[in-house]
Amino acid sequence: MVRERRAARDGRRAREFEAFVAGAGGRLLHAATLLTGEPTGDTEAAERLLTAALARTYARWDRLRGEDPYDHTRRTLAALFAHRGHRYRRPRGGTLARLTPQERLVLVLRLYEGVAEEQTAAALGLPVERVRAICTRAVTAMRSAAARRGTTGTRPSAGTRSSAGTSSSVGRPPSAGTQSSAGTPPSTGGRAATGATGAGAGAGATGAGAGAGAETGADAGARAGAGAGTDAGAEAGAGAAP
Amino acid sequence: MSFPDRKETEVRRMLEGPHPALPPDLAGRAAERGRRMLHRHQVVRTIGWLLLLAAVVAFGVWAAIVEPWATPPPTDTTPPLEGW
Repeated sequence: MVRERRAARDGRRAREFEAFVAGAGGRLLHAATLLTGEPTGDTEAAERLLTAALARTYARWDRLRGEDPYDHTRRTLAALFAHRGHRYRRPRGGTLARLTPQERLVLVLRLYEGVAEEQTAAALGLPVERVRAICTRAVTAMRSAAARRGTTGTRPSAGTRSSAGTSSSVGRPPSAGTQSSAGTPPSTGGRAATGATGAGAGAGATGAGAGAGAETGADAGARAGAGAGTDAGAEAGAGAAP
Repeated sequence: MSFPDRKETEVRRMLEGPHPALPPDLAGRAAERGRRMLHRHQVVRTIGWLLLLAAVVAFGVWAAIVEPWATPPPTDTTPPLEGW
C-alpha cells in the first residue's frame, strides 16, 4: 500500500519534472550559458551547472508547495553560480565573456530574467544600491564592447518593425507573470525569444551609433510591452521583444 | 522611455542571442541525480529517527534499572555532635 503510493508519487514527479524541463530547459540553459560566459556551441560548464540546479529542484519537487519550479531553479542556479563563481573567471568567448562573474550574474538576473532589483539584492546578499551600480557598470561595459566590435552595418528597418509587431503579440501572455505559474510561461518566453532571434540578432550587434528609425521601432516595441499592464509584464514584454 | 531604460533594452537584446540546443538527456540526468539526492536525504532522515529511538529506549531501560527518582528516605536523627 505504502509502496504503491510511493511508486505513484515517483512516477508523477518524474512526469511533471520532465514536462517542466522540456518547457523551461532551453531558457534556463541559455541563462546558464550567459552566466558561465561560454559560446553557444560549447555549453559544457553551463550544462553541468544547470544539471546541478535541476537536480535540486527535482529533490524538492514534492515540497515546493505551489512555488514556481522555474523560480526555484533560477534561484538555485544563481546561488550555485555565486558559490562557484571563481571557476568561471576565465573568459571563454561567450556574449558576456568580458564581464566579471558577479556582473554577469546581476545582468542575467536583472535584464535577461527580469527579476526585480530588490529580489536580486536579496538573492545575492547585497544592498540594492550596489546591485544598481553593478548593473549600470555592466550595461556600460556591454555597450562599449558592442560599439568597439564595430557596427557599421545599418539596422534592417523591416526586421525591427517585425520585432515590434512580435512584441505586441507575445507581450501579453507574460503580463500574467512569467515567473508566477509552472512550466508553460517560460517556454512561451523562450520560444518567442528564439522566434524573434532572427530579427534581434542583427539589431543586437549594433552599438551606440544606431539609426533614428530603428530607435523608434525599439521604443514602440517596449511601449507595446508596457501597455500590457503591470511592471513585470512590461519587463517581460521588453525582454521577449528583441 | 528614459535614457537608461533604452540602454538596458539594448543590452537585453544582446542577451537574447541564439539559444543553445538543450541536450536531450539533460532532464534524465538531472532527474537521476535528484533521485539520488532525495534517496540520500531519506536515508539520513531514517538514520536520525533510528538514533533518536535508540536513545529513548536506552534512557528508558537505564531509568527502569537505576530508578533515580527513588532517593533513600531522609534520616530521622541528626549526626552525633562531637568536640563542641
